[in-house]
Amino acid sequence: MVPADFLPILVLIIVAVGMSAIAIALSALLGPHKSTPTKLMPYESGMVPVGDARLRFSIRFFVVAILFILFDVEAIFFYPWAVYFRRLGLFALIQIVVFVGILFVGYFYAWRKGALEWE
Amino acid sequence: MLPTLSVLNLNGAVPQIAVAGAGMLIMLIDALFHRGSRRWAAYLALLGLAVALARVVESGASAETILDGALARDGLGMAFALVLIVAAALSVLVAMDYLRREEHERAEYYALILFATAGGLAMAMANDLVAVFIGLETLSISLYVLSAFFTGDAASREAALKYLLLGAFASAFFLYGIALLYGASGTTRLVEMGTAIRLAGTQADPLLWGGVALIIVGVGFKLALVPFHSWAPDVYQGAPTSVTAFMSVASKVAAFAALVRLLVVVLAPAAPLTSALLALLAVLTMTVGNILALAQDEVKRLLAYSSIAQAGYILVAAVAGEVGAAAVLFYLLGYAFTNLGAFAVVLAWSRRGEGRLPFSDLAGLGFRRPWTAAALSLFLLSLTGMPLTVGFVGKLYLFGAAVQAGWTWLAIVAVLNSVVSAFYYLRLVVIMYMREAEMPLALQRAGLALGVALAVCAAGVILLGLVPGVALDWARQAVAVVLS
Repeated sequence: MVPADFLPILVLIIVAVGMSAIAIALSALLGPHKSTPTKLMPYESGMVPVGDARLRFSIRFFVVAILFILFDVEAIFFYPWAVYFRRLGLFALIQIVVFVGILFVGYFYAWRKGALEWE
Repeated sequence: MLPTLSVLNLNGAVPQIAVAGAGMLIMLIDALFHRGSRRWAAYLALLGLAVALARVVESGASAETILDGALARDGLGMAFALVLIVAAALSVLVAMDYLRREEHERAEYYALILFATAGGLAMAMANDLVAVFIGLETLSISLYVLSAFFTGDAASREAALKYLLLGAFASAFFLYGIALLYGASGTTRLVEMGTAIRLAGTQADPLLWGGVALIIVGVGFKLALVPFHSWAPDVYQGAPTSVTAFMSVASKVAAFAALVRLLVVVLAPAAPLTSALLALLAVLTMTVGNILALAQDEVKRLLAYSSIAQAGYILVAAVAGEVGAAAVLFYLLGYAFTNLGAFAVVLAWSRRGEGRLPFSDLAGLGFRRPWTAAALSLFLLSLTGMPLTVGFVGKLYLFGAAVQAGWTWLAIVAVLNSVVSAFYYLRLVVIMYMREAEMPLALQRAGLALGVALAVCAAGVILLGLVPGVALDWARQAVAVVLS
């Protein structure tokens, strides 16, 4: 690798930093400035970030987080398969059906056991 | 080239598919249809294991790969798979009445046992370090959940959390070890890795040695080898007794299978150094396990320390590498019957809602429960290594392999350790038969499934002890067929 090969990465960095800078600048210039205490909090709809870290929070968040990771990773596996679907053919289709079938067992289980209900 | 169905060779993966499939079926049926007793789940689990067992026995060994080379269907893999399936089936039988008695009868228990078994099967047959890791994680995560199965019991939850935290840490070591070995050899396939290491020579490659060391730490944790054993007593004691029984056998069988394959297929050229390292671990594990077992006053924790020491004995033969493989296999088969049987008695005798079985509770049981007490005595004698039990033949074979490979001093240390262990094993027998009960224990009715499991374990211990020839030949022939 010669330094020139890293040029696309440099371009990417410049574009990424530039886009963020423009977005922040534009919203500062054009946006209305009506501050309320709630709006000034670091995480407007989240927890208060200052204070004792040993809070008790609902175990349901944990279940939702686990389910999210499971089905999120599932989606990641779909992308490469979808991109190469035509070349991979029937064999990969069978594989993905088996994969989704196994995930569906988990999905049905979580659903019927009430993991998706908040109340 | 694109993969095709024939590369997968799914026919060879029937054991894994049957076991995992039965587990998923249990989850589906339980979620979609079920109300009432969960006994059907146990029967379904036994059915899945029976299909897997039949497939393992009937198809026999051949040096071919399945799932595009990820798993090997060779003698070594199939033999360890057989031991694992038998242990899982016995664990299901042991758990059936216990779970109902403790009011924790849920279908998930059997599904998790099956998933753990499927993970163990993948480890036993793995021909790829990534497959070993996936198997290890499947086995471990199922065991973490199983440890917490008595959700109302603080000790059970504590055990699960400790196991999870330390287990995840150990998995990270293992994974880093895989990465370094990949760096050293350029492949994760065991056979090719072995060839690469043989060609490159083993002198002073920090990647190779770092990888080996990290993998031994990872496996050492799973096997509860000293100094990676600190989780074991608490987890074994806190987890539901039926889970402890399964865990103490299944995770050892699977981890030893992976370790033996690694030593024979990949690390044979590096044998002098790995052997020295494992010998050191074996000495520590046997000695510390036995000395700490001496200080216990409660049967479940005693058996936890005893399991640590037993892993040390098995490691003595693993030190011998290829020479010791058959001995490791045979001993694990006997150990599966012995240890599961011993824990089954603990579970039958312990009070409701309590995992502990203090020594004082054993007093007088020799005459109040003659059959069960005789069975426990048999298991304890076998763990000691008394003649006419499988423990004797197994240890003879283990230590013999070490001597054959030139590790005579190690065999002597192992024998001395066995002598020490006789004290705490036989003390239990003495208490059962020679001491009067001060406060007689209120015994539960054992149940048929537990009785069957105990009978099978006792028969296994006696038969393998009296006529070991058949099983020894089987073990020798099995380990002779290794994909390499």
